[in-house]
Amino acid sequence: MRLGLGLALLGLLAGGALAAPLVQALLGHDPFAPDLFSRYAPPSAAHPLGTDDLGRDLLLRLLHGARVSLAVGLAVALGATILGTGIGLLAAWRGGWADAVLMRTADGMLSLPALPLLVVLAAVDTGRFGLPRGEALSDIARITVILVVFGWVGVARLARAAALRELTQDYVAAARVAGATEARVLLRHVLPNIVGPITVATALAVAGAILAESTLSFLGLGIQPPASSWGNMLSNAQEMVFSAPLVAVWPGLAILLAVAGCTLTADGLRQRGA
Amino acid sequence: MQIAVTLAIVSALTWLAMGLMPGDPLDLAMLSDPALTAADVERLRTLHGLDRPLHERYLAWAAAVLRGEFGFSRLYAVPAAAVLWPALAGTLVLVGSALLIAGVLGTALGVLAAVRPRRIAPLVDALAVLMQSTPTFWLGIMLIIIFAVTLGWLPAGGTAERGQNPLPFLVLPVATLAAANMAAYLRHAMAGMQGELGRDYIRTARMKGLPERAVIWRHAFPNAAIPVVTIAALDAGALVSGALVTETIFARPGMGKLIYDAVMGNDYNLALLGLLLAALVTMLATLAADIIQRLIDPRVRAV
Repeated sequence: MRLGLGLALLGLLAGGALAAPLVQALLGHDPFAPDLFSRYAPPSAAHPLGTDDLGRDLLLRLLHGARVSLAVGLAVALGATILGTGIGLLAAWRGGWADAVLMRTADGMLSLPALPLLVVLAAVDTGRFGLPRGEALSDIARITVILVVFGWVGVARLARAAALRELTQDYVAAARVAGATEARVLLRHVLPNIVGPITVATALAVAGAILAESTLSFLGLGIQPPASSWGNMLSNAQEMVFSAPLVAVWPGLAILLAVAGCTLTADGLRQRGA
Repeated sequence: MQIAVTLAIVSALTWLAMGLMPGDPLDLAMLSDPALTAADVERLRTLHGLDRPLHERYLAWAAAVLRGEFGFSRLYAVPAAAVLWPALAGTLVLVGSALLIAGVLGTALGVLAAVRPRRIAPLVDALAVLMQSTPTFWLGIMLIIIFAVTLGWLPAGGTAERGQNPLPFLVLPVATLAAANMAAYLRHAMAGMQGELGRDYIRTARMKGLPERAVIWRHAFPNAAIPVVTIAALDAGALVSGALVTETIFARPGMGKLIYDAVMGNDYNLALLGLLLAALVTMLATLAADIIQRLIDPRVRAV
């Protein structure tokens, strides 16, 4: 039930994100060009959700924002899962000092004040590394890298715990006796057996990444306008609470649905005994 | 020991990150003062040691901090420590009351859900998912729209002027922060109670004829409460700097906002001190969580 609901929510949002160009062609607006004659337009046939402070269509910005937010969420989760699984496997397999160093690093990361550090990292001038700043793609890449750096820890701890359990099983010993190389043991035998818990961690990582990206964008450090993300659509909503309170409702609702979708999916997977 | 090492690493990394941010302190000075000539800038650069490489400046700064010289805040033009303490106090008031509410209310609802699995549990479950998924900044804005703009009951933000009652200014921020953090308590209290209520010792207690209230609160609850206390300690540490979003929306002075403003305004001294203080408090809270767990759970002590 939970799994179905979660996947349905995510499917709905993903469908919206994919349909963005279609809706744009249908409505005939540019979601990135200001139209100062129709600021704060109420919902109408031309603007189904109305317009924002610069007269841009809210529905289109919401759908384009979905592309950015979901892309960041998926990219971060993917990166964090690969990195985390690799580190967790390595720690479980090598044991000893490698395990100690990796897991103490993970503990250290967990005990750091995450939000202010994210703020500091997000404010780094990527122009100095030759990356353009302010372009949507490089913003997405920057945010993704930063969130992966913080996101691998949860996956790594789960992967390590699961791998430790599997490595003591008889089938691992059997595979080794049969002459399988260590790489083969880890990748072909252990990894498939720990995919369950890792999937749950991945679903939760997507939720965390979407929340973190929107928070950073809200603070003005994430995706920069004119590109839209759910977070930066809200960054000036605060000044509009008196003039156009409804403008603030939609992006937040979208974030809520996306995160709830991921959380429910994770719960559902866990209940299934994944 | 581990704390000291981590603090050193954090401060070095932060220093590096801030060095990579756009805007040299003197670029800013030049922008704000048209009378400043290029020769002045060079002189100032040498005076403040800004012509030296990053790592030398870091070592000089670290040595000064270890001597207890925290330097001045460029943004506020006062000693950095003087801005830090009021901010910490503001944050502690906000976070303290929010965590108290979140913990007590969340735990109570979680226990209630575990005791009434049929009727209340699904509702509480849905509430937990909802609260977990709501972005803090959005919740804050929605509360402002409802209670400050539409109904006009409460101030939209800021702090009390002298002679004003400070309580109304606290209501919305505390509610926002409490709601944002309640889900964890709800889920853990519920899961913990559900687990404990199925155990043999609960059946024994019931068979002895104990009233249900005693079974729940004296037998099951202390065992279920252990993770809740641990999360509370961890949250307290994380929120010292993590209340940034709430503080920004409601324009309340606090640690999170202070660090954010300092980072944005290239106020090295203040940003670094704030971050270090936040990191220190967070790590101490983690330590406290471990110690509390040992104190209240004899099973951990035995290991």
